[in-house]
Amino acid sequence: MNIVVCVKQVPDTATERKLRSDDNTLDRDAADGVVNELDEYAVEEALKIKEAQGGEVTVLTMGPGKATDTIRKALAMGADKAVHLSDDALHGSDALSTSYAMAQVLKKIGFDLVILGSESTDARTGVLAAMLAERLGASQLTLANKVEVGQGAITIQRLTDYGYDLVEAPLPAVVSVVEKINEPRYPSFKGIMAAKKKPVETLAIGDASIDAAQVGLAAAWSEVVDFAAAPPRAAGTIVKDEGDGGEKAADFLASKKFI
Amino acid sequence: MSEILVLVEHAEGEVKKVTLELLTLARSLGTPSAVWAGPGITPEAKARLAEYGAEKIYVAGDGDIVDHVVAPKAELLAQLVAGKSPAAVLVAATAEGKEIAGRLAIKTDSGVITDAVGLSEGFVADQSIFGGGVNVHSRVRKGTPIVAVRPNSTAPVAAAGAGAEEEVSVTLSDAAKAARVVERVKQEKGARPELTEAAIVVSGGRGVGSAENFSVIEGLADSLGAAVGASRAATDAGWYPHQFQVGQTGKTVSPQLYIAAGISGAIQHRAGMQTAKTIVAINKDPEAPIFELADYGVVGDLHQVVPQLTEEINKRK
Repeated sequence: MNIVVCVKQVPDTATERKLRSDDNTLDRDAADGVVNELDEYAVEEALKIKEAQGGEVTVLTMGPGKATDTIRKALAMGADKAVHLSDDALHGSDALSTSYAMAQVLKKIGFDLVILGSESTDARTGVLAAMLAERLGASQLTLANKVEVGQGAITIQRLTDYGYDLVEAPLPAVVSVVEKINEPRYPSFKGIMAAKKKPVETLAIGDASIDAAQVGLAAAWSEVVDFAAAPPRAAGTIVKDEGDGGEKAADFLASKKFI
Repeated sequence: MSEILVLVEHAEGEVKKVTLELLTLARSLGTPSAVWAGPGITPEAKARLAEYGAEKIYVAGDGDIVDHVVAPKAELLAQLVAGKSPAAVLVAATAEGKEIAGRLAIKTDSGVITDAVGLSEGFVADQSIFGGGVNVHSRVRKGTPIVAVRPNSTAPVAAAGAGAEEEVSVTLSDAAKAARVVERVKQEKGARPELTEAAIVVSGGRGVGSAENFSVIEGLADSLGAAVGASRAATDAGWYPHQFQVGQTGKTVSPQLYIAAGISGAIQHRAGMQTAKTIVAINKDPEAPIFELADYGVVGDLHQVVPQLTEEINKRK
């Protein structure tokens, strides 16, 4: 089983996140980079499948040089090797161009299963897995809450508003996972040391047959026209409960016509 | 006015409220056409779509469309985009809606915008990013604008359209049929509205204290006809099912009213609810960051305040 886990480095949500005023893209220097949380669940799921089925787990990330920190974390958790797509030409890529570039790399390195988090904490578009499935002609098994891999086929529980759907598909498949699926392991000291020796292949766009005209800010299918900090919410009324807190809250709701 | 396709969200023959919102929004920018994907359209559903302005209703009633994950709906919409050359396609910014939008964007070589909270001339979208910290205007530069709009962004307003029905047949590719839904498992959630499209959401957090105590939160929700949500602390503790988690790794909600009880308001939670129009917070800790967002806050024990609030609401109904 050849499993590729896509991980993204995102700005830490505990720090201030900004867009760049020059080109309206994410300011990667403003905040500390961390592994997108849901992608850690994807790494864990890949490792579990490997442990049960055998095979190899490759980490794939697209991002600037400092995204190697993200790769190291996944390798320390137990992934076997990594591919880092890094090229200045990719700066400003939107979801369409990102999915195109990642699909080109996936075609080059080969896969039975691609696993990633259902969304990133920065852009939160939630479209990448569906786009990769579309571009690769692979089965789309997204929003997985549980994954079971059999002979050449895979079944997931797809989380829905009413419960879940049981979905079955042949491999190759693209799987996105939700937080409930597992509990990601912490890298052990041994894992951290071992990660330093694991192979990391860095690719520029030319190495993966990525057409420069399809990626980067100039090629993006959508654009941020302008942005501004959200105006602070007007200070609300805060009352201390003196035994009538519920009544006062009801008065407030009535004044806003909610009751 | 140019045609705008609106993908209908429906369950058991009923049109969901978010679709009425999208039709209302589409009417301000063009002529809305509703697209019904899958079997089960009813006369009532057609009447409802027409009531909110659908001039046309495209009906693709093939069961194959809903027996597979997402891809068939994207193929149906792509076929309509090719045949009708609409000015834009609107879908609901639900998890599935966004996936459909993503695949459609690739099929039609068009840009896509997700989680729009408003849409103005030229299909310039308003978005609220980084957990509500930054407001963005964005637009599609290539192809047909495909926009996923968050539920509760627009108040639905009725304005009759012709509602002319047109049957559509779609030939699905083998690729679209790869992932097959074998079984749908419905988990009991009573008569409450769905979390992501509810106009009012009542959420409980660490302060609720136990799974049993969530009945206090449910009581308040039911008095308001609201959905129940939970913070990550509460779902991690196993007090409430994960699919009701509001936050960065859970659902994003944007209701008219959000009531947070026993929730401190960590970034993780704020990222999922900060665009609510009105926020009410109940928490014992006067320093809880949730009070920075609250339009109205009660510093007090939710186990006292929430039952009293529920009783008052039921009394005043």
